[in-house]
Amino acid sequence: MINLYIIQIFSYACCITISALGLNLIYGYTGLFSLGHAAFMGIGAYLSALLTKSFSHYGYFIYIGAIISSVIFTFLISYLIAIPILKLKSDYLGIATLGFGIIVKVLLDNSDKVFSQMGGSRGMLGIPNFTNLPIVLFSLILIILIMRNLIYSKFGRNLIAIREDENAAYAMGINVYKQRLLAFALGCSFAGFSGALYAHLYCFLHPSNFDFLRSIDLMLIIVLGGLGSMSGTIIASFLWVFILEGLRIILPQAILDWRLVIYPLLLILLMLLRPQGIFGNKEILWLKKEY
Amino acid sequence: MNYFFQQLLNGFQLGSVYALISLGYTMIYGIIRLINFAHGDIFMLGAYFGFYAITRLKFNFLLAIIFSMVLCMIINVIIEKVAYAPLRKKNVPRINLLITAIGVSFFLENFTSLKIIFGPDYQPYPRPFKIITFDFLGLTISSIQIIVFLITLVLLLILDYLIKRTKIGLAMRAVSYDKETALLMGINVDNIISLTFALGAALAGAGGVLYGICYPQIHPYMGIMPGLKAFVAAVLGGIGIISGAVLGSYIIGMVEVFTAAFISSTFRDAIAFAILIIVLLTRPQGLFGKEEGIKL
Repeated sequence: MINLYIIQIFSYACCITISALGLNLIYGYTGLFSLGHAAFMGIGAYLSALLTKSFSHYGYFIYIGAIISSVIFTFLISYLIAIPILKLKSDYLGIATLGFGIIVKVLLDNSDKVFSQMGGSRGMLGIPNFTNLPIVLFSLILIILIMRNLIYSKFGRNLIAIREDENAAYAMGINVYKQRLLAFALGCSFAGFSGALYAHLYCFLHPSNFDFLRSIDLMLIIVLGGLGSMSGTIIASFLWVFILEGLRIILPQAILDWRLVIYPLLLILLMLLRPQGIFGNKEILWLKKEY
Repeated sequence: MNYFFQQLLNGFQLGSVYALISLGYTMIYGIIRLINFAHGDIFMLGAYFGFYAITRLKFNFLLAIIFSMVLCMIINVIIEKVAYAPLRKKNVPRINLLITAIGVSFFLENFTSLKIIFGPDYQPYPRPFKIITFDFLGLTISSIQIIVFLITLVLLLILDYLIKRTKIGLAMRAVSYDKETALLMGINVDNIISLTFALGAALAGAGGVLYGICYPQIHPYMGIMPGLKAFVAAVLGGIGIISGAVLGSYIIGMVEVFTAAFISSTFRDAIAFAILIIVLLTRPQGLFGKEEGIKL
């Protein structure tokens, strides 16, 4: 029983890591302040769940198809959204993406008026349970590999240049706007991927799983891990999931409510004592690369 | 047609409450460029303080508002001194301040929903005065709407006086304009920042009590949505601009009430944010903001 629980939590942590890596690409590496990342996770999750639920007799084929289509769909949607929105800077971009996240949540809440299977604010039930531990592990490793290759490519160096100094990057001949669009859409498609995995892990979706508080959780994770550090994001995601769940096991029943009081205090303390996050912008092991 | 004007009145009531919250957002953003996510929770605390002042301490309505304003002020100054001031001294990136604000927000929500503090349940808000309804040109106006509007007006006038006519207000404007120069002019920047937090909290506290009286149900997580909406209002009007925040709040209040009345109440959050995004795309500095030059 407890093993099953731990496996479930571990798989969940893998999903969160994939999403958080996407956000790190957007905010940590490119410097685009996004507070609506969970919305893209929601889009991916609902789309894939709708597909697998409608065509469940195809088994794993439709599962893989659903994952691929939600990755492509979130990529396209976020690209389209980003075309107008990325003209905004820093805080304003954050506010616009936050607004987008809330709009998506409201639409998901009302989704049952169009697709009755999506359940709207009652939640979506009966999604086939396809995601298991090997699949999430494989996906996580795949995403880490893709991410590493992206970051150490010319594209990745462009993004870091844009983050450090937009005008200087522009002067060096980087098409700032296009690179930003691409980074944003790629990061969001990671979220779509993780959403598709998540949907078939828990077999139940609810719009509140993807509201703006979830977006903020992702933001917390990447800041805690260190902006612009893949190792930091990976470790912070796992720590975040396991500490929140771990406190549930460690704390006695009487003070279980204190779990959510201790957690923000830890957060404030960490921001004060280690403002650059756990890893700063350093990498460990083979994620590191010497230039 | 009557229905339309009745909704206009309701929008005014909601907008007044939003105005009181969004002023705090806009002032704090103006002075330290922080989106203070914990502000909605200060508003929640205000509602609860008013609740206990009326039910336990048997205060009358005005006294309860003042009580809640003072307590909120004290709490927000303590939060500022404990959580934000050390970060500002260390000169950390702005994202850390934001995350700390989110941490404070989570803390206030979850701490107050502990059973030994306020408890996680919904509480019915007391009505400290008799509700009288008037018929005016076919509209029904309740005493609640008049009181909410009057109190908001008085508080706004006091704030306007403070900021435009007193030396403290001058110092606040100076700090928000240029911190270093203000420091050179002998202004104690730290105190001014604390004062801004105190003023914002006082208004949010009053807003909390008024919200409780208008929509008589409170719980520890009630601050999240009104806080976000008030923030949207502040951005809509041009963040950092006092009159912009007030007008933005009335716009958001109206939009929300009209969406609920004429379209569907489930869509009211979406419409408010859609308007925000459209305004941001066409006028990124907000409706009343001045355009900032590009800094190289």
